[in-house]
Parts: sequence; structure tokens; C-alpha cells
Amino acid sequence: MPETHFTKDHEYARIEGDIAVIGISDYAQSQLGDVVYVELPEVGRRLAMGEDAAVVESVKAASDVYAPISGEVVEANGALADNPAAVNQAAESGGWFFKIRIADRSELDQLMGADAYKSYTEGL
Amino acid sequence: MSTTDHARLRNLTFTGNRGLEMEEPLLFETGRIGVSGVDLDEPDEVESRLGALARAEPLQLAGFSEPEAMRHYVRLSQKNFAIDLGLYPLGSCTMKHNPRLNEKLARLPGFADIHPLQPQSTVQGALGLIEEMCRWLRELTAMPVVAFSPKAGAHGEMCGMMAIKAALDARGETRSIVLVPESAHGTNPATAALLGYKVETIPAREDGTVAAETVREHLSSDVAALMLTNPNTCGLFERDIVEIADAVHQAGAYFYCDGANFNAILGKVRPGDLGVDAMHINLHKTFSTPHGGGGPGSGPVVFSKALAPFVPVPVVEVGEDGLKLLEKRSQTAEQGGQGAQSFGRLTAFHGQFGTFVRALSYMMSCGGEGLRQVSEDAVLSANYLRVCLSDLMSLPFGDKPCMHEVLFDDSFLDGTGLSTLDFAKAMIDEGYHPMTVYFPLVVHGAMLIEPTESESKASLDLFIATLRDLVMAAQNGDKERFTQAPRLAPRRRLDETLAARSPVLRWMPPEAAQGVAQAAE
Repeated sequence: MPETHFTKDHEYARIEGDIAVIGISDYAQSQLGDVVYVELPEVGRRLAMGEDAAVVESVKAASDVYAPISGEVVEANGALADNPAAVNQAAESGGWFFKIRIADRSELDQLMGADAYKSYTEGL
Repeated sequence: MSTTDHARLRNLTFTGNRGLEMEEPLLFETGRIGVSGVDLDEPDEVESRLGALARAEPLQLAGFSEPEAMRHYVRLSQKNFAIDLGLYPLGSCTMKHNPRLNEKLARLPGFADIHPLQPQSTVQGALGLIEEMCRWLRELTAMPVVAFSPKAGAHGEMCGMMAIKAALDARGETRSIVLVPESAHGTNPATAALLGYKVETIPAREDGTVAAETVREHLSSDVAALMLTNPNTCGLFERDIVEIADAVHQAGAYFYCDGANFNAILGKVRPGDLGVDAMHINLHKTFSTPHGGGGPGSGPVVFSKALAPFVPVPVVEVGEDGLKLLEKRSQTAEQGGQGAQSFGRLTAFHGQFGTFVRALSYMMSCGGEGLRQVSEDAVLSANYLRVCLSDLMSLPFGDKPCMHEVLFDDSFLDGTGLSTLDFAKAMIDEGYHPMTVYFPLVVHGAMLIEPTESESKASLDLFIATLRDLVMAAQNGDKERFTQAPRLAPRRRLDETLAARSPVLRWMPPEAAQGVAQAAE
């Protein structure tokens, strides 16, 4: 099972070697409601941990998505432009936002594991 | 009423009209090409100079007789919900009654028929009106300078923040951060971002307000300003505001206050006494001029002494030989007073003059005491709703007094399977414009209700009884009344997701539209 980390702001970082796949959690999509638009970072942009990286807009609200860890954007999920519904259908798989090359692995220690995140959302 | 009942009702008439409520198609669906409502003589033979550029085919424009064209727009106007039709409790929007006296005065020929390019000596009365309105704003806010040209609240925010930027530039400082609490209006971070600032969000404490301590933690020599909305979007007064202002000033930053909720504190609290450096005032909210599709907004900004040199032109100067509109930076620089280091100009001419007339009419007809009563009654109305609904609906920050708007969350709908959106849609069937929903974001399923001081007790009581009836229906499992709502409006509930994901922004003939729909599938 791949290693996935979560932030308090409901982003996830799934680790695939040197790369982290970033998106919003299934809990986040359920709270946002139907996603209608996603704005993604440009490939090559260097993101600092916690920096505004993307915007997700649902029928209810537009929200910033922050970089859960630092790194350079290597790929953005262009399929979301035509099909933002993928975020609702598969937030933690096909509905990923972008991939970054991990700059500092130690930053992952500040994030929650899947179990910790689950109990965090249950308390909300 | 079931869906089948509704289908039957819709098809009840041959025309699609229901009683005297007219079903109105688009112009392109009913117009006849070649028809014109204007009967002009054929022009004498004119030789075309268009050559090869002349149209081979006539324009496919829909045409109408004059009564048809008139009826189209009157029918559409009658589908518009307005404060003139009923209670409009949209939170943070201050949808108050627009007194007709304001309209009467704005239509006086001396105000309505003048032109901004007229010689200033011929419009001394109009300049005097601008100055008089500014005097009222200065008096009400205890701020020495007013920039009257911004055309709406967000424009006013930009004006205020541009003056702050100019003041920092004049000090030779470049600061990159603007602090915005999460309970601020959504336009605040947008304004800061538009001017190139990085926005840092300040979280609220448990009770929904901002703590001075939290602001202090975020302040640094890189912070240009704090933008605070007071009362905030939870309808709560920011009690730490003076301490916050002091902390902001100690850090060398400026304090911007969003004045959209000024209706709650009018005549009670003067922003200048709180340490505010700049605040916009929505004349169209607080001072009763039409808005929300009814008329243009207007967002004058009041400034502290520290920012007075940087305000935009034009400014009105009172001289011995009358009033002068100083329109150029060279003129204000020469005078050495307000706008001496002006950041420039935001609008052509001087802003929304017709709105100034209406606002001043409102101020003068209320008088100072009356304006104080405005805010007292607005706060009383909101608290009356709170007290009469708090047993059935849920208050996120506990049952304590609010300001001019009362905020509920959606926990009273727990277990009903219904959402804030369903609840809001059901209000339409009852003849109410829904309250503001899902804002502020800090509260789950927020419902923000601002009744304003315009409503009588009878009007508030009917509204309360309606909401109580709806809550009880929701809790008794009458789901259809909500999920099917609106059932009685000219259109049923729209598919907001589809509309946002695949918006159709241009009318197409039915055959072409069908092709596009198939391609989308």
C-alpha cells in the first residue's frame, strides 16, 4: 500500500519514489460538494510547504489548495480541466491535482498518516 | 405537491402562462426577422461606399412591434425579486428600503441634467452636495478625508489599499504581506492579491472573533496592512479592535477596515476613534441607495490623517471664490493638503453623483439621531430573529447577542438528509429571497440573515413563523418540500453543477443547440 500523508487543510501527498502526488482528500471533496473547476500550478513552479498551489471551486465555494510539502511541480493533472467531477468520483486516485519532486523528505514528519487523519476528520 | 402534480400544473394552460404570471421566451425565440417597431420613411437613394464589405444577407435580428418589445422587458422585470416586493434577508448585503424621497431628489433637473464637463462655476450646487455628503461621512466616522470617486465596495477597498501602498512607497518601504482574518469579506483577500500582496489568513478564536494576540503573532516589518471587517461576517463586533489597531501601527503597518457592515454601528461607533486608517462605506447599503441589480453602487473611502496626502483625485476644495473640483495631481500637490501626494485617479470624473444625492437625502431626512436609530433598529431586528429562532435553529457561537445580522449553522438539519441549500430553496416557495448561504466559510452550512431596520415587527413575525414552519417540516421528514423546491417559482431548481461545469453562455437556434448538447454527451 502506498505511503500517504495528510494535512489539516485536507490535502494529501502520496509518495511514489522521489515524487509526491498531491490532491485533496475524499473527506474534503465530500465537504465541498460538486467540484466545477480546478486551477492547477504550472509545471516547473517551485512550491514552498504551505504555499498556495491550486484552487478548487465547487458549487458552494472556491478554496485554496496548499502545497503539503515543498518541491518542484513536475506534472499537473490536465484531465481535470475537462472533467472536474473526477475530484468527486476519485479524489485520492484519478482526481489528483499535481505531482512534485520532493525537496525535503523530513517535512513529511509534520503531516498526518492515514489513520491519524481519519480520526482528525471524525473529530470535526 | 408531488412532481406529477407540478407537471400537471405547468401544462395546465395552453399558453404556459399561469394566471397573470407571464411565461416569457427569449427575444430570439419570438422575434420575426425583418419586423421593426419603428416606422421611418425609406431614405433617398444612397450610394453604398462599403463595396465588397457590404452584407450579402440581411442581419438575422429578431424584430418586434413597440408594444411587444415593451411587454418583453416589463414581463422580465416582473420576474425580478426586489426589496420593493418583499423581505430580502441577504446577509452582508444590507437590502434596506430605498425611500422614494431619494429618487425624487435625484431627479431634480439641477442634479439630473448636468454634465461633468460643464464649467465648474455652473455646477456649484452639485459640488456643494458632494462636499456636504463628505462632511456627513467625516462626522459619522471621525475621519478627516473622504475619497468619493470609488464606484462600489470592492473598488473602495482597492482605493484604500492603493493609498496605503503609496504611503509605504513614500516612506521608501516595500512590504509584501497583507493580513486578512478568515471572517473578513471575500473581496478583502482579492483586493490585496490584485495589488500584488501576499495574503496571510488570521484564524478566529472559538467565539468567532479575532484576538489581538493572534494578530500580533502575524505582524512583522513585512506586513503592509491588516484588513478587518467589523462587525465581521459572523455578525459579531470585533471587541479587540482598538488593541489590534495599536499593534498594527506599532509594526509600522496600516489598518484597513471593511465598512460594508457600517449599518450595524452607525451613530454608535466612529471608526476614527478605533484607530482605523482607511474604510470604505457602501452608500448603496448603509445609506439606502438601490443596489443588487437595482442601481449602481458607490463606495467612498474615509481616510485617517496619516493617509490623507495619498488619496486619489479628484477632491473638492472649499475656497473663497466657491468650490473647486481639483482633478489633477499637480493641483492637489500645489494645495499641499489632501491628495498632496495623490496616487492618481480611479475613475473618469467624480464617481456616482446620482448615488451621492440619494445618500445625502437619506442622511438628512434621518438626521444624526435618526441614523443612530437606524443601527439600533437593525441590530434589534437581527436579535429579535435570533431569540425567536434559537430554540429551533442552531447558533454556531452560542446564544449571545449579535449585531445587524444573525448567523445560523446547519446542525439543526442533522439527520433530516437536507442541506442548507434545500432549506434556502424552500424559502423561495414561501415568497422570500433566501438568506446568504455557505458564507462565511468558517461556519458549516452557514445561513446569514440580515433583516435590516426596514422591516416592521409584523413583517419579522411572519418571516419567523415561516422559518419555524420550514424547520418543523424538515424535522418531521417532509423532504419533498425541500428537495423539490422551488415548486412554485417560474423555474424549478436548476442544475447548478451542470450550469457551472458546462455553461451555455450564448443562445443558439434550436437545431444548433441540439448538436452542441449531443457533442457534450
